[in-house]
Formats: sequence, structure tokens, C-alpha cells
Amino acid sequence: MNARLSTPVAALRTLAGGLPPWWSRVLAAALIVVGAAVPFLFGGNGGFMNATIIAFAYAVMSLGLNIVVGIAGLLDLGYVAFYALGAYSVGWFGSEFFAKAQVHVLVNAVVSTLPGIHLNFLLILVAAALICAAAGVVIGLPTLRLRGDYIAIVTLAFGEIIYVIAVNGQSVSIGGGMTLTAGNLGISAVDSPFFPGVVQFGLLDLKPWYWLIFVILLVAVFVNLRARDSRLGRAWVALREDEVAAVSMGIPLVRTKLLAYAMGAAFGGISGAFLGTYTTQVNASQFQFGFSIFILAMVIIGGLGSIWGAVTGGLVLGYINNWLIPDVLNNLPSSFGFHFQLTQVEFGIFGFLLVITMVLRPQGLIPERRRRLELTAAIPAEDAQLGNEPEGVA
Amino acid sequence: MSAEASATADPAADEAPPILRAARIVKRFGGLTAVNDVSFDIPARSIVSVIGPNGAGKTTFFNMLTGLIRPTSGRITLGGRNITRARPDVITHRGVARTFQNIRLFGAMTAVENVMVGRHARMRAGLAGAVIRPPWVRAEERAARERARELLGYVGLPAGSFERFASQLPYGDQRRVEIARALATEPTLLLLDEPTAGMNPRESAELAGFMRRLRDDLDLTILLIEHDMKVVMDVSERVTVLNYGAKIAEGAPAAVRADPAVIEAYLGKEG
Repeated sequence: MNARLSTPVAALRTLAGGLPPWWSRVLAAALIVVGAAVPFLFGGNGGFMNATIIAFAYAVMSLGLNIVVGIAGLLDLGYVAFYALGAYSVGWFGSEFFAKAQVHVLVNAVVSTLPGIHLNFLLILVAAALICAAAGVVIGLPTLRLRGDYIAIVTLAFGEIIYVIAVNGQSVSIGGGMTLTAGNLGISAVDSPFFPGVVQFGLLDLKPWYWLIFVILLVAVFVNLRARDSRLGRAWVALREDEVAAVSMGIPLVRTKLLAYAMGAAFGGISGAFLGTYTTQVNASQFQFGFSIFILAMVIIGGLGSIWGAVTGGLVLGYINNWLIPDVLNNLPSSFGFHFQLTQVEFGIFGFLLVITMVLRPQGLIPERRRRLELTAAIPAEDAQLGNEPEGVA
Repeated sequence: MSAEASATADPAADEAPPILRAARIVKRFGGLTAVNDVSFDIPARSIVSVIGPNGAGKTTFFNMLTGLIRPTSGRITLGGRNITRARPDVITHRGVARTFQNIRLFGAMTAVENVMVGRHARMRAGLAGAVIRPPWVRAEERAARERARELLGYVGLPAGSFERFASQLPYGDQRRVEIARALATEPTLLLLDEPTAGMNPRESAELAGFMRRLRDDLDLTILLIEHDMKVVMDVSERVTVLNYGAKIAEGAPAAVRADPAVIEAYLGKEG
């Protein structure tokens, strides 16, 4: 079953391996052109475009979690914390929420007259990345001496702590009648990004939003690919494979692991900041434990450790969650006479998909070459040796 | 330093200054004293062996030299610098490399990648360098890859196996890759933990020759934990015997072999 399913991917890979090196650049350029043209192909608005934008943001988060879980092998069950911190970055620094403050940096004329802190979205992105990287280090430090399941429990607790703070932040006064968060009421009327002379962001036209997240996704993929194929990427994999051997080969354990946490968290923050400004609100109820599992499912379904797998997993679950279930199939049960909508059972659907993936294709949709080895290569390698022996004798 | 050196120096030691000196090392795990007051010098460019029955504390001693565990008391200096409480990666950076008793390769990395990990301490590229990839980073990567292939050739890995995953290599080749990986860290002192484990007598003899070649080609000092007495007697210039965590004998191979305490440790008391 596995062999049959993996054949097309393997064939593509062989094909790609036989092509000249410039081919990958041509492919990348084509991908960028097609990607940039997507809004014209599907119209600037509508449910599909909305789902595409959210799916791209999920793909960025999936890429971030993939660094921690897939490449460095540190099971993180609290990744939603970084989504939350990223979203709150835009809630705090790009809305009227801190009404007593008057800070305006590079924002449009209308926003300049509003109370609160209003920074340009690019600055907020940087702030979100830095805040989350710092939070990643904070969560990373206590887990340094732990392995496997124990890391999962500590990170899970961290995710819950951030969620509880987000919910109860509305009771935490920070002076001047202002509170830390708006809890389940949500911080709303978050500013739109402001790029004068480039594009105009509005609620009616989704094209600029799409291009923004498309560029963010491209940068995320690029950074991930470069980091993977580097001294740092090798160090992460080495630590995942054998920590004792890795440190004995001169890899500094603390710095290398913390860098994985920080970098993974930064992508979560960037994506969270984007989703905050895109949905124009930051609500604590978005940051529940289930979302951590949702992102982890993207990474696993895509293929642990695989960068293109993480992107694919993010897109697949993003589309299923925001388009296929709510827009296309939502009323399917009623046409069979059942009295529920598919959106009510979406977690059941994701769980089912996860189980199906584990049974049919445990290495994920686009497996990383190393993981493919772990799951499938052991027996074929033995077979190959047995098959070769008669030749050697002859 | 010199006063301390003359105070603890073994009169039988070689004239060459020690590259590594372990002074009065003690390691206790709870109530168990795994290594008990062992002092030990390794002269530069020598091949020195540590032997002893199972559980004598040899590997524990090794792990203290490489920083994987910290001694309860005592002092370890490398080329005059104190490394007693240094982190393993720092010790590697200062020129100590090792292999493991049960081969510990990165199974899901290729042979070349394994050796490139060994180059880690000798490379500089960080996150920014990796992402921006300026010319010096490209050059560094290329040089690391070339050096890795060179080393794999040197230890005798067939060229066809360079890009195979380490876990798919036959046992003997895995041993070779592990030595190449250790050499990639550019050590001055190489620690080999039972390198002939699982080898037949011919392979063991080859390895003994290879160790001498290593020392001569690369100006290395080699410290060896070994069970194969033929290899130990053949290759070592000095042998240290541990039993129950304590040093019971030290000296030239022939002298150690004749030492009654050593014979007793290995074969038990007569009568």
C-alpha cells in the first residue's frame, strides 16, 4: 500500500533529480508567478479567496512548528501560545485598545487621529517575531533537560498558561483603566496594514491581503530551506538523532535547541499577527489547546521534518477547515436527513484524517527523505542485499 | 604548574610533556564509587590504552575526559588548560574527539553529513549566515563537504557509500564513519572506546595498523579503551589497568601483562 502511494512522489523526485540545477530556479520562479496571479484566477473576493489567505497563514505556522517538532525533534504541544502572542502583538500595538496611550508610527492619516498605540504593520511583524522568539526561549529553557513526552507536557502547560492569561487578562489592570487583554470579548477594530504607494488594504478587496501573506509564506519557505541546508540545520538533525553524540561532536546543546524554539516561535508570531490584522480582532477563545493539535496535525499530515510537507499540510487542513467544510460540504448531512452541520463535527473529521494518514501514509504527504528511511527503508534495504547476493557470487 | 607536574609525575612516564593530565579523579554515583582517585597522564603523540574487566570504570573515566559527566572531585587539564567542568562541545572545540563503544552515528544522515557534523566546531555560519548565505558561507560549506569526503576516503569507506544513510551501512563501515567524524573535529587527542568490538582478528589487526598511521599522519595522540589484548599489546606504548574504579597497574604492555595484580583482576586469585 505504502509503496504504491509513494510511487508518484518518488517518480517526481527521480525526475527532478535528473534535471539540470537551473531547473529548480525556473520552477521556483513559475511558482511565484502563478502564486501571485491566484487572486485573478479565482476572483479577488469570496469564500475561496478568504480560505486561501487563512490557509497560507496556517502554512506559515506549520512551517514554524515543523522546525521545532519535525527538524529538531522537540515535541511541542503548546504552539498556540505563539499564535496568541503574535495576535496580541497586533492587538496591543495596532488598535485603540491601550486608549490612554498616544503612539503613532508610520500609519495612515485616519489612524493617526485615533487614540492608542498604532505602529506600522511591518514594525508589528518584527515585534511579534521578537516577542515570540523570546517566549520560545522561555519555554525552551525548562525543557532543555527533558526528552520526548516530558517536553510535550511542559509545552502543553505553557500553551494553557498563555490561554488562561489571555482569557483572564481582562481582569488584569495595567493602570489608567486599561487591562492586559480583552478576554473573550476580544480586542476589535485592529488596524489594517498600511503600505503607502504599494497597495491599499480594505475589507472589501482581499487581493492585498493575499499578496501580503503570500510574500510572508515565500519568505518563510526560503528561510526554512536555507536553515535546513546549513550547519545549523545539520546540528538540529544531529541533536534529534543522538544528543550525546551531537554534543560530543562540538554542537552546543543549549544554544542550538533554544534557536530552534525561538525560530519556530517567531513564525507562529508572524502568522498570528497577520491573522489578527486580517480578522481585525484578537479574541482569547481562538487560542485554545485544540489549535495546537490542529497545527501539529498539519505538520504530521504533511510529513514530519519536510518543509514542503509542512506547507502542504497547512494548505490542506486550511482549505478543509475554512472552505471545504463550511462552504462546500456543510449542509451535506441534511441532504441525508441528519440534523447537524459538518462544522459541528470538524474536529472529528480532522481526527479521522489523522488516523487515515497514519494508516495509509505514516510518513506524511510529502515525506522528508530521512523520515522515509525510518519508516519504510529498513526492510527494502535488507531485501535489496539479499537480491544482490547471487550476483556477487556469480 | 611545573611544581604540580613534578609532584604528581610518574617516574616511568615518557619525557614528552603530557597533552592531557587527569589528577586524582573521583566519580561517585550515589553510594557507588565508579572511579576512585585515578591520576593519569597522556604524553603527546603516544598511543595509550586503558584496560580492565567489565564495570571497572573505563567508560565512566572516558565520559569525564570528554565532559559528558563531571567528576565528583579531581582535575583534568588539556594542554595546561583546566577542562574539568567544561561542556562537551567546548572540550571538542579544544581538540578532544571520541568514538563510542556502541556506535553512535546519526542514523538518518548520510555518511558525508555525519562527518560534516563533526566539522561543526570548526565552522562559523550561524542563523544569519545560513539564511543570507554570503560567499564565505558557501565556501565554508563546500570546504566542509570536501573535507568530509576526503576523510571518508582516508578511513577507507567505499566511495559508493558516501551518500548512503549511516544506518544502512554495514557495521565495519559504520565504525569507519565514526572515526572519520571524530577526525573531522580536528582533534589533537582522539579517544577510541573499544574500536575493535565486533571485529574479527584480521580486522582488529588492520585497525591497529590504522591507529599507528593516524598518529603518524595527523600528529594525533590516541587513548584507547580496549578488550582485545592482542591489539592492546600490539599498539600501545603504555597501558593503564583499572579495576573496581581504581588504577591497579600502569606501564609498558609487557610489564603490565606480567603484573600479578592484573592477572588476579582478570583471572581471579589462585587457589
